[in-house]
Amino acid sequence: MKTLFSLILALALGSTAALADSDKYGGENRGKPVLSGQSNSKWKQECGSCHMAFPPGLLPAESWRKMMGGLDKHFGTDASLTAQENREITAYLVKNASNRWNAPSAPLRITETAWFKRKHDELAPAVWKRAAIKSPANCVACHAGAEKGDFEEDRVRIPR
Amino acid sequence: MSRITLFLAVTLLVTAAARPVLAQPGAGAALLDTYRAAAMKEESGFRDFSAQRGEKFFFARNGDMSCASCHTDNPKAGGKHAKTGKAIEPLAPVANAQRLSDPAKVEKWFKRNCNDVLQRACSAREKGDFVAWLVSVK
Repeated sequence: MKTLFSLILALALGSTAALADSDKYGGENRGKPVLSGQSNSKWKQECGSCHMAFPPGLLPAESWRKMMGGLDKHFGTDASLTAQENREITAYLVKNASNRWNAPSAPLRITETAWFKRKHDELAPAVWKRAAIKSPANCVACHAGAEKGDFEEDRVRIPR
Repeated sequence: MSRITLFLAVTLLVTAAARPVLAQPGAGAALLDTYRAAAMKEESGFRDFSAQRGEKFFFARNGDMSCASCHTDNPKAGGKHAKTGKAIEPLAPVANAQRLSDPAKVEKWFKRNCNDVLQRACSAREKGDFVAWLVSVK
């Protein structure tokens, strides 16, 4: 009986440890790393024309599928691609999407994910509106290395 | 003057008057040929592109948006995306040699930007007028 109890306890603890990263933030956790070592030139060029090319690991695969399926109305803007470009970029995004997301949700806005909100919850709304920041979607304003996938807290510099 | 010489002279004059934009070599020439062929199909009375109309088109507002909203009033200057603030390279080929060099890219941005600013596709004449103006900027 004692052995059985220990076994159950060990299993429970083990699974908790194994699931910790994907259970964090209610399962809405960004991937690790957020940017795969393998880049894609089309992704970089096309997704980086109007805004920073957001690292694929910031959202789950289903979010990227939805995003790439609606590019003609991309947050109020037409960002459509040729079918071939779309296929190649979708494949790259899906392949490198968050590997720690286990919630059924698939948000389109990175800034609406649970991990993003928790990580930025100490910031007053007015901070986002500063001229040098403009919007929470402007990662590089505070994370200088964001385009390379570097979001290390130690290197955050919030402009005045 | 013989009748044939007169005919040739008139033909040359008419051709020169109708196709002033073609006289400009380099950036946009092939694009303009493509848009000209399309415009002739779209409009029965089409004569030629007009740089002046193209300039007007660039500054024309639809609601609170115009091309200049992001590209600024100066096609030789860099612009800024109205929403994200991301830098945009200058539009005029005289300031940015990359411009008009890739027809697929030109078409991609006409599709997107015409939808964003005008909520419709642009006609071949509008595209041609605009390109004619852009290459005329010195």
